[in-house]
Amino acid sequence: MLSRIAESLYWLGRYVERAEDTARILDVHFHLLLEDRWVDETATGRALLQVMGRPAAPQDGSDALSVTQALAFDTAYAGSIVCSLSAAWDNARGAREAVSTEMWECVNATHEALPRLVEDAGGQMPHAFFRWVKERCAILAGLSESTMSRDDGWKFLVLGRSLERVDMTARLLSARYGDSLGQAGWVTTLRCCSAYESYLRTYQRAVDGSSASEFLVLDRLFPRSLYFSLRAAEACLSEIDPRSGRAGVDDAARRYLGQARAQLEFSSAGDLLADLPGRLAHLQDRCSDAGASISERYFRPAAIVEWSA
Amino acid sequence: MGDLFEPYCGGLTGWTRAWDEMFERCPGTTGTLDGGGPLSPRQHYLPLHHALGALSASDVEARCAARDRSFRDQGITFSLSGEERPFPLDLVPRVIPADEWETVRSGVVQRVRALEAFLADIYGPGRIFDDGVVPRRLVQSSPHFHRQAANFSPPNGVRVQVAGIDLVRDAQGRYRVLEDNLRTPSGISYVIENRRAMTHVFPELFGSYRVRAVADYPAHLLAALRAAAPAHAGDGATVAVLTPGVHNSAYFEHSFLARQMGVALVEGRDLVCRQGVVYMRTTSGEERVDVIYRRVDDEYLDPLQFRPGSLLGCPGLLNAARAGNVTLANAVGNGVADDKAIYPRVPDLVRYYLGEEPVLANVDTYVLEDPGQCAHVLEHLDELVLKPVDGSGGYGLVIGPQATDEELSVLAAKVRANPRGWIAQGVVQLSTSPTYTGQAFEPRHIDLRPFAVNDGEKVWVVPGGLTRVALPRGSLVVNSSQGGGSKDTWVLAPTGQARERLAASGRHDYDGTAGRPRPAPVGPVAAGLVGQQQQQQQQQQQGQPRSACDRHPPC
Repeated sequence: MLSRIAESLYWLGRYVERAEDTARILDVHFHLLLEDRWVDETATGRALLQVMGRPAAPQDGSDALSVTQALAFDTAYAGSIVCSLSAAWDNARGAREAVSTEMWECVNATHEALPRLVEDAGGQMPHAFFRWVKERCAILAGLSESTMSRDDGWKFLVLGRSLERVDMTARLLSARYGDSLGQAGWVTTLRCCSAYESYLRTYQRAVDGSSASEFLVLDRLFPRSLYFSLRAAEACLSEIDPRSGRAGVDDAARRYLGQARAQLEFSSAGDLLADLPGRLAHLQDRCSDAGASISERYFRPAAIVEWSA
Repeated sequence: MGDLFEPYCGGLTGWTRAWDEMFERCPGTTGTLDGGGPLSPRQHYLPLHHALGALSASDVEARCAARDRSFRDQGITFSLSGEERPFPLDLVPRVIPADEWETVRSGVVQRVRALEAFLADIYGPGRIFDDGVVPRRLVQSSPHFHRQAANFSPPNGVRVQVAGIDLVRDAQGRYRVLEDNLRTPSGISYVIENRRAMTHVFPELFGSYRVRAVADYPAHLLAALRAAAPAHAGDGATVAVLTPGVHNSAYFEHSFLARQMGVALVEGRDLVCRQGVVYMRTTSGEERVDVIYRRVDDEYLDPLQFRPGSLLGCPGLLNAARAGNVTLANAVGNGVADDKAIYPRVPDLVRYYLGEEPVLANVDTYVLEDPGQCAHVLEHLDELVLKPVDGSGGYGLVIGPQATDEELSVLAAKVRANPRGWIAQGVVQLSTSPTYTGQAFEPRHIDLRPFAVNDGEKVWVVPGGLTRVALPRGSLVVNSSQGGGSKDTWVLAPTGQARERLAASGRHDYDGTAGRPRPAPVGPVAAGLVGQQQQQQQQQQQGQPRSACDRHPPC
């Protein structure tokens, strides 16, 4: 597989996941504030912006509408939903012969419809927009699942998606620790990940902070938990390069992810929760290291050589 | 005649000399739209005319909307002055009967063979110069003549893997060659996608026609590319398509061909040359490339040989090709043979190399280097079309009858300064075809670009081609870069052929009894379903809350 194509697919996976997760987080955030008027809107908004890597400037508002504007529609902020979807389209376009026609059509139709949807959302009713984003991402995931060969291209796509999911879930959890919501906010957090029902079926008791974090960090079966996503990323890496020596792992990215995963997996629940924010920050750093290492190893950009004097 | 064909019933002034594809005067045989008397559809257009005539304006609008959505979703667009537009496909297909097509096909094959021989000759022994048929000066003064291609023969001798020969029909309906494209002719993806869109949007139009398929073009192309591979590659030659990148106006086509052939689509930065061997950078290291179907122009292909500032190519590519380690398709330097200065001599090339009379005539052309012809042209600029010899895509072309006096005097000065740089042709009344204009079917001028693939054994012409249509009323410029559209081109199978082919391939009609029966639903779902639904309904009616022991559905 061409390095350039692999890189495009990896980023296609990342950007689509980023758009979807941002939509999930904002959808729940926006409506939580409406449903629960005791929530401190400004503090929650600031915490959210902070954890999404976009600290609010003092003159920016951090009410629900401003936060939505900043994280969903702002074309000047590279992490917004609109920009993520555009970046996903750019990457799909460059890798068009490597994705199935159905996938390309899905990405392209999403990109085509985006300006209209943004206009319709109009700032006042963003739910329809978030729902649409989640649906388009789900359609793309379904199409790739059912139309893409499980070749290296698929593995890079899933690798990007899984790494981004780890990162976004970690951010979401960090946001929960940074806000003022207390236990009541955990239902919201679970809902962001579509994990609420799954949590209830698993624990069969009311939501509290420690079991909710435990679920989102360590659950072995839920596809958006940190553990599950780390495992998925590791599996992709080991399939991309199946040569494993007799001892140890010589792929740096796999080592980063494996160590991070083991630290979560083999901690007691008490230890884990005692310093969750610190561990999450550490995990995000490891993901970023793994990303750099993947890029270094597989995407080696060619130096641009210009032959003119 | 349906309402939508109203423009053909009257008011057709200004279309007096063109051949119309669909209509003819009845019972006369002039075929043009002038004179009196009612129009009637030609024999091979009857079913199509009938089907289209049955449509109402709102039907047509709905089909247009479906077509546009389909093109937009797929991102089938081209850039026009920096803006991405969906490629406009007209709803009325062009129909070419089998016998007419045979003329086109044999003429295109003949022309490609002659041009191949010409290229091999001028980059090799140069017999044609010695025999005085074409002056050496004319060839070597062409900006597309590259010494880098001289004295080198490609592995299977083929330089023109893909050719696009532009044809028009004159007022008598005869096909004539307007232009040869031997470098990187584009448009085949639109041929295939147009067909796909038409079968989706207008299935009923295909009804009684046996239209020959165009979708196997990529397979033919891949076979021709493999056949051109250097000897070391054996059967498993690695083929790649080289594109300038996503911002190129034909990027869709590059990616389409790569996808349909199942080969890598590379950009210059994906390639690396080392010791005369070309590799592409993959996730598992460097992989050797044997054949490159390149859609990058000669001048950008190799910064060591051509433009040093080019980032689109790969340094060392040409030396690798000359060392026989990689095949470039189409070959470098082909432009000299589709140069407009060579064009007037192609009939002579056919006679010289093949000893045959040309099947397809040229459009009457003046060679401006001849002082007599040049003087004549300068006197009649307002009646002729002048084309710069190194232009393509309709840029720089001047249509005398439509030009202002000022434009003509500027043109005259340019021609006097550089007669080698121009050719002049009579205004060809391109044939017309009914084209949907938003309200009705009106005549618009069209041309035809058939595509030929040469695998070294045989020149294959895809049964179809790109019919381009000049959408503005009266316009003769069909290039998509100048606001042209396209039509699906239907080449009809000869009578009886389809059935024979079907029999030969051993296919049988579907026998409905052969299918396996679907298993009847069994198990708890089927057994319990009815009872469960009834109980749930009762539950609702009674309005009782379910008790804890009621959790498992009773079956």
